Amino acid sequence: MKDFGALGTLAWFFALMSLFAIGGANSAVPEIHRFAVDVQHWMTDPQFSDIFGLAQLTPGPNVIVVTLIGYHVAGLTGALVATLAMCGPTCLLAFYVGRTFDRFRGASWQVALAGGLVPVTLGLTAASAVVVARAADDSRVAVGITVATALMTYWIRVNPLWIFAVAALLGMSGMV
Amino acid sequence: MFIAYALISLYGFGGVLAWSRRMMVEERRWLTPEQFNEAYALCSFLPGPNIVNFSVIFGSRVRGPLGGLVALVGLLGPPMLLIVIIGALYAHYGDLPALRRALIGVTAAAAGLIMSTVAKMALPLFRNRAVGGPVIALATFGAIGIAQWPLPIVLAVVLPISLALAWVRP
Repeated sequence: MKDFGALGTLAWFFALMSLFAIGGANSAVPEIHRFAVDVQHWMTDPQFSDIFGLAQLTPGPNVIVVTLIGYHVAGLTGALVATLAMCGPTCLLAFYVGRTFDRFRGASWQVALAGGLVPVTLGLTAASAVVVARAADDSRVAVGITVATALMTYWIRVNPLWIFAVAALLGMSGMV
Repeated sequence: MFIAYALISLYGFGGVLAWSRRMMVEERRWLTPEQFNEAYALCSFLPGPNIVNFSVIFGSRVRGPLGGLVALVGLLGPPMLLIVIIGALYAHYGDLPALRRALIGVTAAAAGLIMSTVAKMALPLFRNRAVGGPVIALATFGAIGIAQWPLPIVLAVVLPISLALAWVRP
């Protein structure tokens, strides 16, 4: 029964959190941290940081941090329940909104809505790049990697995976 | 589409925005830069993880509800599998200093990749003759990225202005 309780909590909590994840899954992370560590005592503070770091290290959308929290709390079922709760309801919403949006393609309110949202989103995404950079760049080499990656991926059509591989090696060698 | 999304998700260190754009706009040319921006903006303001929303909207636009589901599973399936394996390894072996140091390097590179992606995304906006859009984008960036003001307050101010500008002068 205890497991069922934990699964139920994972389900309602992450379904609720998905509504706060506006502009990306990471917007909800502070609140997820508070609930998982301070309210439910699912994990300690360092454990949460490690889980967040692992999720960043693993390729894929940022939302998989939720998968890992679910896994930590209730194993594979927990991982599945947490991810479905975080993505399911909002995906349905996105599906219907997307369809409505397409149906009114070209309508003046629709053009204005898109025209108004795009600049704000670009500003937010640019800000998120700075936030990631601020967290990652605590040495000159790290700043150099960020700047070099930005310039190279902007001006030449190089596959960023090569740059990532070099950056990982530099990190592993202890130079960063 | 499943393969495209599975690739996007597996390349996507530090978030998948950059890889989504690279795949959909630069490589497969499924969307123009303007279409990509528009769909991404819509998804960012819907609740829920934005790239996940994007996959559903894009997939269902191409092939209906099934397409949406396929894109979603392609995006979430592989990394979920991977992270559960990593999580299990981590639970057994604790932290690996070499891995952590590699992560620092990759994250620094990922930050740079997001920057160049945003710069490319902003091109259509800045090519446009209207001044309103670029000013709004820069103001939002400054308020959140540099001044670090709280998101809800910034949005409450910037969003109505931006929508009003777009309404008056589309």
